[in-house]
Amino acid sequence: MLRFIIRRLAITVPTILVVITITWGLVRLAPGNFYIGEKKLPPAVEKNIREKYGLDKPWYQQYGRVMWNIVRHLDFGTSLKYEGQSVNTIIARSLPVSATVGLLAYLLALLVGVTFGTLAALKPNSPRDYGSMAMAMLGISIPNFVLGPILVLIFSLTLYWLPPSRWNGFPSRSLILPVLTLSGLYMAYIARLTRAGMLEVLRSDYIRTARSKGLSERQVVIRHALRGGLMPVVSYTGPALAFLITGTVVVERIFVLPGLGNYFIQAALNRDEPLIIGIVAFIAIALLLMNLLVDIAYAYLDPRIRY
Amino acid sequence: MNDEQPRHPDELEREEPGLTPDPAASYTHGDLIHTAPEFALADADVFAAERSDVIKGTSLWRDAWRRLLKNRLAVFGMIVVVLITIASLIGPFIIKKLTGLTPDYIPTDAALLKSIPPLTAPDGSFSWLHPLGTDTQGRDMLARILQGGQISLMVGVIATFVSLLIGVSWGATAGYLGGRIDNLMMRFVDVLYSLPYIVIVIVLLALFRSQTGWGQIILLFIALGSVSWLTMARIVRGQVLSLKNQEFVLAAKATGVSTPGIIFRHIVPNTLGPVIVYATLTIPTVMLIEAFLSFLGFGVQPPLASWGSLVSDGIQNFGIFPWQLVFPGLAMALTLFSLNFLGDGLRDALDPQTRN
Repeated sequence: MLRFIIRRLAITVPTILVVITITWGLVRLAPGNFYIGEKKLPPAVEKNIREKYGLDKPWYQQYGRVMWNIVRHLDFGTSLKYEGQSVNTIIARSLPVSATVGLLAYLLALLVGVTFGTLAALKPNSPRDYGSMAMAMLGISIPNFVLGPILVLIFSLTLYWLPPSRWNGFPSRSLILPVLTLSGLYMAYIARLTRAGMLEVLRSDYIRTARSKGLSERQVVIRHALRGGLMPVVSYTGPALAFLITGTVVVERIFVLPGLGNYFIQAALNRDEPLIIGIVAFIAIALLLMNLLVDIAYAYLDPRIRY
Repeated sequence: MNDEQPRHPDELEREEPGLTPDPAASYTHGDLIHTAPEFALADADVFAAERSDVIKGTSLWRDAWRRLLKNRLAVFGMIVVVLITIASLIGPFIIKKLTGLTPDYIPTDAALLKSIPPLTAPDGSFSWLHPLGTDTQGRDMLARILQGGQISLMVGVIATFVSLLIGVSWGATAGYLGGRIDNLMMRFVDVLYSLPYIVIVIVLLALFRSQTGWGQIILLFIALGSVSWLTMARIVRGQVLSLKNQEFVLAAKATGVSTPGIIFRHIVPNTLGPVIVYATLTIPTVMLIEAFLSFLGFGVQPPLASWGSLVSDGIQNFGIFPWQLVFPGLAMALTLFSLNFLGDGLRDALDPQTRN
């Protein structure tokens, strides 16, 4: 196990450096410059700006400096657009927003998805099964950027039950709609995966053994079947985290939340190089570490898996 | 999997005496395909025709087709997809013929430069002129949604095709060559898999934003195609691993077929089932990513429209003009819903073993 973790970490670090390099390369290869606005700058001003940001140096020195600061000090520099704010501060400020919404959405999705998936699997081909699976298919097919505004239209603008947007910390009523919007897709996926996994497990011999021991159906399902039946859900967690990131970008834009996704889109539009690189690197690190954790959890849950 | 008895009497009919499937491959998707001998070789149709007086055989494809037709949801999905495709392709022409409106027609009369609700004339009375209303600039929503459908579907199909080309070649080559090359190629896929590619795609599209609408769409093809081939490569590799030790490959080798010839003429056709299924399911995924990128403003640019960009426009004022959001959203959801059902149905039809 330890060897597996070390080997994975040994791949992870170069991967992150590659991601940073690709991002840096993309920003540099793209036409235009971050300081070009509506007005044409006088050459002297432009020269000063280029000197200030080190753009007059050869590309390998600029690349070297960026990489050195990241590797040596984990320092992504200062944002070009939000002046005087370091990239690290911006990430530290916006991460809790995204993490709160994302985590709540995933927990809700797990709760609802596993419940409905299990109920469907216990009575395959019943109306209950078809109903849950049709709902799940609907959840997969309605994009979150359609779902979100429609929820707002119903619950905020027509019924006046919930606030339509803004961030009011945790816990708050204004979290309900963003979390619902974000969790729709995962609920649907998890319900389908749970159903498939449970159907497979419920046929297996050890479930027959558990039943023949005279355990109650509840015990069979919760204590015995779920552990095996949820394996597909566990392995879905990795890709789900990646989707969660794109999902939060959408939800943060619809509900005007000051999260990482919103800053990232702004940075990409503003060509805010340090912020772009910082957020991309942060997401890459988070994603790779989470995937590692998922793999470890997988081996722990399923004793047949050995790395 | 041992308790999986062949469910269909046809499957028994199809099997030739003395030809048992390779047990090592028996649990993969592909075995149905290569246990059907009439499908293993390109010229086997002749062979099947010769036998047809002996056993009344159904080909794998006809069998799958019949299973598909039994699946009501899949048939529903197929019909809706076909209808939406036809409507998107010819709808704008019909609208132009009937009303003279084109998707990018902005009225010159200033009084018409406003959002008109569905089935309403500019003065508020009932009218069929704009069945789905207009957008904020007075453009007909129905025409725009149909034209958006053209672009959304086209992006979905072309990007899927790109991912098919790359994924199948990559996976088949890795799987067939095996050894160190396989290891290297699949490790590369693993690394790409773990990247937050969507984030990189956003950076790419934001920074290289093209001035022309079609430039941006081509950029989208490249971006979407290059990220969606990974799973395809994995699936095809798995298939090829189970196929490459089959007799027909040995036979091809013995008759002196070149390695690319074996991979692309003999092995790849046998992986078609899972590939078709996965491609059908890739289309909605790609369309969703396209819509997501267009929603963020990085995708299709006006005056061209896709469902994603229409939804994105609709969100601006959805409290006042809800139809501008609801109709393109509905078109998109209905299409994705149908494609997903069709894909699921195809999987069940082509690959009965994974059916629960």
